[in-house]
Amino acid sequence: MTDVLAVAEHRRGDLRDVSFEVITAGRELADEAGGDLHLAVVGGDVDGFAERLNREGVDRIHTVDEGEEFNHDVYAQALTQLCDEVDAGYVLTPNSVNGLDYAPAVSNALGLPIVTDVIELDAGGDGLVATREMYGSKVETTTELDADRAVITVRGAEWPPTEGSGDAEVSAFDADIDESAVRSTVTGFQEAGGGDVDISEADVLVSVGRGIEEEENIGLVRDLANALDATLSASRPIVDNDWLPKNRQVGQSGKVVTPDVYIAIGISGAVQHVAGMKGSDTIVAINTDPNAPIFDLADYGIVDDLFDVMPALIEEFE
Amino acid sequence: MKVLVTVKEVAEVEDDFEIEGTEIGPQYLNYDLNEWDDYAVEEGVQVGENVDDAEVVAVTIGPERSEETIRMALAKGADRAVRVWDEALEDVDLLDVGAKVRLLEAVVEEEDPDLVLSGVQAGDDAFGATGVALADAIDFEWAAVVNHLGLDVDEGVAHVHRELEGGVDEVTDVETPAVLTIQTGINEPRYASLRGIRQAQSKEIAPKDLSDLGLSAEDIESDLRLTDMYEPETESDATYFEGGPEETAGQLADLLRDTGVAE
Repeated sequence: MTDVLAVAEHRRGDLRDVSFEVITAGRELADEAGGDLHLAVVGGDVDGFAERLNREGVDRIHTVDEGEEFNHDVYAQALTQLCDEVDAGYVLTPNSVNGLDYAPAVSNALGLPIVTDVIELDAGGDGLVATREMYGSKVETTTELDADRAVITVRGAEWPPTEGSGDAEVSAFDADIDESAVRSTVTGFQEAGGGDVDISEADVLVSVGRGIEEEENIGLVRDLANALDATLSASRPIVDNDWLPKNRQVGQSGKVVTPDVYIAIGISGAVQHVAGMKGSDTIVAINTDPNAPIFDLADYGIVDDLFDVMPALIEEFE
Repeated sequence: MKVLVTVKEVAEVEDDFEIEGTEIGPQYLNYDLNEWDDYAVEEGVQVGENVDDAEVVAVTIGPERSEETIRMALAKGADRAVRVWDEALEDVDLLDVGAKVRLLEAVVEEEDPDLVLSGVQAGDDAFGATGVALADAIDFEWAAVVNHLGLDVDEGVAHVHRELEGGVDEVTDVETPAVLTIQTGINEPRYASLRGIRQAQSKEIAPKDLSDLGLSAEDIESDLRLTDMYEPETESDATYFEGGPEETAGQLADLLRDTGVAE
């Protein structure tokens, strides 16, 4: 019998969707391991959060009333203590930017192995088997854990959110925070990007990715966008290279877009990109690699060299 | 001021490949410096350029083959390098985060850096956890997914931005010594100059095995075992346009006209 301690996530006063996904993943894992599902919420309006997190399948909610916003030192200390207190075998956190800012520290502090960015979990057999991707989503792997306890971070949108209301017992956990070990301070937030264009408002997006190879080739995609009276957007590598500004970035760390038509040019469709555009009505993909994950999502596809297809396409509209 | 940059040589996989057991066939792999580490090296070199008496040391865990990659970090401006390897590591198919931390912790003890920079994740196994776990192990402060760094050496503070989801940066002050995991796009990694490449030939790459680091085979025992590797099932139900570029472009143009996107 192994208990699971899942951890909720919030930012600037709001619970993030992943909180309800870790409840689902946590309940499944707890069922397979024959234990209870504990849920921790640290900082912010913990009582209000606890009320909203009280969903089906959660056995106990632990509130840690420390600070307003996320601080990894506070999270790491509180969760390490809480895990000991409730004697949880598995600590389950979102594989978010903040999750990756405290989960590895918790694993080190507890002397537990960590397995991150998990897309499937199976604790029904002898031990724990985690499915994860490697080589930029080119392959999936199963990893077996030679330990009966672990810290696990789960990828967003792989488990559905738990909806039904629950009857968990809510209690405050009085964590003993060593303030001298809190050596970082969040001083604020900044919206990245901004500027003249809001790609999330566009009806038609022509989006360019790594396949464009060189900065001077961006003009080719710009020409198509102009010909279609569409808005130009991009995947992360293009923005990292400063070939287009940050306000053009589609994806997890950029904008979420839902245009009528999304034309992905030389974009492989990494999970972080897909998170930002999967809600598009019609998706068209042009890519040389027939196995590119973007085709799993696309309604229409062309498997060919974009440098051959693009000039022909632009000519169609001239 | 000493900056330690952790770098990893990673394999990139060709579009067409075959899996042999729990590995990708070696003929389909091309080795290169991990993309995130390229940015971490650049950030380290920039710190070195802006701070008096700074030394930038690159450290890698990798076989002899990886010297080519770590020399790239030297050509871009790192002063010297440490390469950790041991026969005992050759049979390990998946070095887990805990094992990497124990190896790097031993290097940190020897080097005593003020700042450790690592990439957010590696392009191959993509755990994204080693930097923060290392920070906890060596009792450094840390910040994960940093896309802006302003270092105040006198105050002992790193002013960083952490790239959160949804186009929001968290602005945070981190006391040094610290481990920062560096996100792509934080800077513009330089190309190695011919002079840099020449100079790198005479820079030191110190090999360290387990006994050099005061470790034993027990310390690299991994709690994770790779048991299967397969290509994900494709779920594509896309309509594919077939033919040469003119034909496929023509069909797509028709679609765009039909849907009212174009006239």
